[in-house]
Amino acid sequence: MRIKVDRDLCTGCEACVDSCPYDAIEIKDEKAFINEYCQLCRNCLSVCPEGAIKEVETEEDRTEGMDLSQFRGVWVMAEQRDGKVVDVSLELLGAGRRLADERGSELTAVLFGASEDEAAKLIHWGADRVLHAQSPVFDTFNDDPYVELLSRLITQYKPEIVLTGATAIGRSFFPRVAARLRTGLTADCTSLEIDKETGHLLQIRPAFGGNIMATILCPKHRPQMATVRPRVMKKGEYNESRKGEIIKLDVEGLSSRTKVLQSIKEESETKVNLQEADVIVAGGRGLGKAEGFKMLEELASLLDGAVGASRAAVDEGWISYSHQVGQTGKTVCPKIYIACGISGAVQHLVGMQSSDIIIAINKNPDAPIFNVANYGIVGDVYEVVPELIKKIKEVKGSCQ
Amino acid sequence: MRIVVCIKQVPDTAEVRINPETNTLVRDGVPSIINPYDLHAIEAALQIKEKLGDVTVTALTMGPPQAEDALREAISMGVDEALLLTDRAFAGSDTLATSYTLSRAIQKIGFDLVICGKQAIDGDTAQVGPEMAEFLNIPHIAYVKAIEEISTQGIRVQRLMEEGYDIVEAPLPVLLTVVREINEPRLPSLKGKMRAKKAEIKKLTHTDIDAEEDKLGLTGSPTAVKNIFAPEARKDRKMFSGSPAEQVAALVEELKNLKCL
Ligand SMILES: Cc1cc2nc3c(=O)[nH]c(=O)nc-3n(C[C@H](O)[C@H](O)[C@H](O)COP(=O)(O)OP(=O)(O)OC[C@H]3O[C@@H](n4cnc5c(N)ncnc54)[C@H](O)[C@@H]3O)c2cc1C
Ligand SMILES: Nc1ncnc2c1ncn2[C@@H]1O[C@H](COP(=O)(O)O)[C@@H](O)[C@H]1O
Repeated sequence: MRIKVDRDLCTGCEACVDSCPYDAIEIKDEKAFINEYCQLCRNCLSVCPEGAIKEVETEEDRTEGMDLSQFRGVWVMAEQRDGKVVDVSLELLGAGRRLADERGSELTAVLFGASEDEAAKLIHWGADRVLHAQSPVFDTFNDDPYVELLSRLITQYKPEIVLTGATAIGRSFFPRVAARLRTGLTADCTSLEIDKETGHLLQIRPAFGGNIMATILCPKHRPQMATVRPRVMKKGEYNESRKGEIIKLDVEGLSSRTKVLQSIKEESETKVNLQEADVIVAGGRGLGKAEGFKMLEELASLLDGAVGASRAAVDEGWISYSHQVGQTGKTVCPKIYIACGISGAVQHLVGMQSSDIIIAINKNPDAPIFNVANYGIVGDVYEVVPELIKKIKEVKGSCQ
Repeated sequence: MRIVVCIKQVPDTAEVRINPETNTLVRDGVPSIINPYDLHAIEAALQIKEKLGDVTVTALTMGPPQAEDALREAISMGVDEALLLTDRAFAGSDTLATSYTLSRAIQKIGFDLVICGKQAIDGDTAQVGPEMAEFLNIPHIAYVKAIEEISTQGIRVQRLMEEGYDIVEAPLPVLLTVVREINEPRLPSLKGKMRAKKAEIKKLTHTDIDAEEDKLGLTGSPTAVKNIFAPEARKDRKMFSGSPAEQVAALVEELKNLKCL
């Protein structure tokens, strides 16, 4: 597929130029011209008053691609650190279970390293079977053995979808697997759906620093591969009586060109227990000053919660980076998220929008934070929050 | 030693806004910059050159003709030469096609070390580096936050992980992707700026890098953007009205009903 401008119809009106999020349309010799930035998003097609912008088939579209029907099943590449499966893998089993059910296929977890107990846990969390490889080469993380073994398994079993966490490990070795298999990979998805018509995986992710969301497809290649950030998806149901099969894998012939000499753990202050908190009270630039966070702390402690912040508040120096929520901070998923004086830039939203209940307090009724809020209060934080503190104290008082 | 630094020209996403009515990005006056992480990649290469002496640093970018500006900036910082991969055949490349194309060029240039930024701020994929290493059939180390030692034989680095860092060793040639912690990028010197103005930027097309055409651009890209959209409002949203006290009272009532209080 390509986007082409019919030069006979084009009047050079420039209407299309601004419609392009990728800066891919230029005016040359008074006609629109699609340059190499074009990502085929088709935004420009409907914008042209002359209908001069068209989608044209290329040779590639007409020739047969790979036989997609051979590929079946959803795989979650589980990640273990120090022998323990990390949470994002369990979250992916939740998502993977749903996708597999929709496709009428099986959910397979793949685990390199860790004990058999950990492998069994993956079944309790939703997998139908586990492909489990145990070997000292997996004691530390090196890309080569991960890439080699996962590529081998995918070639052998032909899964339709393969997911992993967008962690330091996942983001390092997964792209290599995709390159080796010559298939597509979508990073940092915030949502995964099956297209009812085509059965393709719809991979939704923020783009342009989070200013927009994009749906990515991998229509002609298999497997469809994606990484998902921790805490974006919900864990599935844990069921200890779930039965499944654990297949032990042969791990011969694995070696690594890189070598980990030492792993140094740093107890970072980033564990402000944000990610465990049931309630998060977060502040943004709207607080106007560092003292505002004192007020939020009071509210948070009343609710047994933690304090979060937007990047603007962190940049202002009102609170430390370890509290930052969002694309470049933490992804959180509490029961209640209270956003105080936060505008709701997409970079912030991607870090908190899967919270169960979002309460927004902002004096601007058009602030985008209200788009994701379950409850919106339009007002000044310095009037609303003290009132809220007072009311909650009353409620709590009356219960005792 | 030959070091190739891959840099990308990107819109300064901090200034990009979305127009909710037309669902498009407002990019008026948004400047193009070198991807911030790639400045750290350039700095890392220059520091290695200063340390080892006999090193040639080449900056490489794939992009439209105006990406030449990014290369000139790299020269002003001190890289020895700059190459621009530009060709209509590269249009619509996803990360797989991009990394294939760049790896073909790197193969042509010759290399002992390839340095990339952790990720590009327009796509934030962090895929091009590792995918390139796969095409080049060399090892890679992602998220490098310090280079502890380097010789013509090998390298020892600190790799950032979630709960700390690993000390990792690899033989050359190797590809690194670097994070901000690795260094503080230098500003261009006056002399550098003069040199950048006059420097010749070599331009390469797909025939110059012996690339297979079906692996380039849209044809070589397994992924496609289906659509783009602005995040939309929730349907079950409740906006309160009245004085702050009234709104708070209504909220507290709701929370009580949900047994949240
Ligand atoms: C690559 C990239 C990554 C980023 N990563 C993150 C990230 O991880 N996390 C993050 O948060 N941001 C991130 N950002 C920044 C993000 O784009 C926004 O700039 C930031 O979230 C804005 O913070 P804010 O909402 O606190 O400030 P503003 O956008 O300035 O909003 C302040 C809000 O407070 C309201 N307000 C003002 N006074 C009051 C008052 N008295 N009472 C009530 N309301 C009031 C205003 O109406 C406004 O809506 C990133 C940006 C980029 C480019
Ligand atoms: N078009 C390009 N030209 C040169 N280098 C690139 C290009 N795209 C990506 N890179 C390199 O790959 C890194 C990761 O990019 P990305 O995978 O797009 O997040 C960047 O920091 C660059 O070093």
